[in-house]
Amino acid sequence: MLSPPALETRGLTIRFGGHVAVNDVSCRFMKGRLTAIVGPNGAGKTTYFNLISGQLHASAGKVLIEGSDVTGLGPAGRAKRGLGRAFQLTNLFPGLTALENVRLAVQSRAQAGWSLLSVWNDRRDLIARAETILEQVRLSDKRYVTPSALSHGDQRKLEVALLIAMEPKIFMFDEPTAGMSVDEVPTVLELIQDIKDRGNATVLLVEHKMDVVRSLADRIIVLHNGNLVADGEPGAVIASPVVQEAYLGLEASSHG
Amino acid sequence: MTRSSAPARSFTETRIRRGPSSWLLSSDTPRSWALSLILIVIVTCLAAAPFLFSGSQPLSTAAKICVFVLLVASYDLLLGYTGIVSFAHTMFFGIGGYGIAIALERLGPSWESVAVGLVAALALSAVLAAVIGLLSLRVRAIFFSMITLAVASAVAVLASQLSAITGGEDGLSFQLPAELRPAFRPFAEPILGLAINGRILAYYMIFITAAVLFLVLLRVVNSPFGRVLQAIRENEFRAEALGYRVVAYRTAASVISAMAATVAGALLALWLRYNGPDTTLSFSIMIDILLMVVIGGMGTLYGAIIGAALFVLAQSYLQVLMGAGSQTLSGIPILPDLVHPDRWLLWLGLLFIVSVYAFPGGIVGHLRKRGRSHELG
Repeated sequence: MLSPPALETRGLTIRFGGHVAVNDVSCRFMKGRLTAIVGPNGAGKTTYFNLISGQLHASAGKVLIEGSDVTGLGPAGRAKRGLGRAFQLTNLFPGLTALENVRLAVQSRAQAGWSLLSVWNDRRDLIARAETILEQVRLSDKRYVTPSALSHGDQRKLEVALLIAMEPKIFMFDEPTAGMSVDEVPTVLELIQDIKDRGNATVLLVEHKMDVVRSLADRIIVLHNGNLVADGEPGAVIASPVVQEAYLGLEASSHG
Repeated sequence: MTRSSAPARSFTETRIRRGPSSWLLSSDTPRSWALSLILIVIVTCLAAAPFLFSGSQPLSTAAKICVFVLLVASYDLLLGYTGIVSFAHTMFFGIGGYGIAIALERLGPSWESVAVGLVAALALSAVLAAVIGLLSLRVRAIFFSMITLAVASAVAVLASQLSAITGGEDGLSFQLPAELRPAFRPFAEPILGLAINGRILAYYMIFITAAVLFLVLLRVVNSPFGRVLQAIRENEFRAEALGYRVVAYRTAASVISAMAATVAGALLALWLRYNGPDTTLSFSIMIDILLMVVIGGMGTLYGAIIGAALFVLAQSYLQVLMGAGSQTLSGIPILPDLVHPDRWLLWLGLLFIVSVYAFPGGIVGHLRKRGRSHELG
């Protein structure tokens, strides 16, 4: 028997009042593959992400991680099953230092959160791991700075650091380079490339920049008005008329 | 406030001192000379209170400070560290007091009664706190606060109505085990000029219990668990996405806090040999606790020591001081009326407003910030 997909959505739907934000989206994400999710603003990409990671509860349909139904679990339960998410709008612990932010993610992975009587500052192993990750995202020199004092680009890097620290099986990036300055973008793209190159991670990437999508993605799916309208190899999808019309047309006009 | 405290924390991370005192304080040292000094003075005075002060009133004040340090610290775990606004803290304080009072009154003045009363009270508090905590599953912060208010009010009414068990509004007076009575003399000779009696033993029982539990709470807030609580306070949504079950952590914090408050209530009842609605259950004590947390400094735990000491001292001696002031100012118009002992709450209120404006991070927050700017400058 074939191993089940790392992540699967079956008929995933959510309605807000009369508006259907995500409509009957069925999709399988295989281990080791990087799938880019594209579509115009308001197409339901982030809503689709929220349904997968559990921030929103589906009106209908299912989410499966490695074949087991996680639709009834909340975000924490799904995170424990190996699903990690970086957020589009930076979503950190503003009053804790960058290092402490990452340490919290490392600690969650190490399942040390329920240790009540050990001293947090004595967990050398966890601190070292967090330091390594900060090094990877080039934030070591800002480890004692709180996110509120970090530049936007550094906040985005810290967001990625938290995701890496969780060591998930499924990485979900929601526009990881949005709002970053041009010279900061390569750092984040290299990190995503590294994750992909390891070969055992499933990556979902919401991204607007077509050059980024083209260079990283193994596959592209296109959402439009909450519907899955295209799915396939990057070259083929980008060339397809439905994408030219639904996505790139809008993209061109919004930039024009 | 949280932002101003963040660099202070990173400061400890850069140089973690090792040693028995650091271990005892869970590597969360006061980090300010002025603060260390104040804490040392308060703790020394409390530790040596029976030897330093004569008479029963100072000793009662010291015992009350010990009880309130524990009570306020346990509340700070909720309010300052986890960001939970609960109005049910006096309920747990009251359960502790009633547990001891009912057990000693019904079962007679023995240590077994104390144990039975305390264990029963702890169990009841833990269950109630867990139930209230799990209610926070689906309701938002403000509704959670309202629920705690409702439950606490219901319990207060219940305590005054069930007079057959609780003594109603009159409360319950009871006898202590022989070892804690004034007549008990463990030593034939005085120690350091002081004849040790059961009352002094009772004081030390309270002091040591409060000190040990304070250090345990300090350990809890500086543990990995404690840092998860702070993460929840900072960004509950993100904490959940990292894989921390927010409801479970909040409930655990509520239970720990409630059990510490229960012990504090039991200690107060043992000291007073009495428990009634006004000593442990009334809503005005809830307000006192809030004031002590805010004055001392939310989310610092050391603030509990300073807040409780200041507040209890003011409560006990401000009126005396004002009486004297009123006397000396007699003859001058208005002024004697302003400092009349009956106006002490007015002055306490004014002090509170001024302190909140001047030290938004509480006394501890202020001293730590000052200490840091000296360090840098």
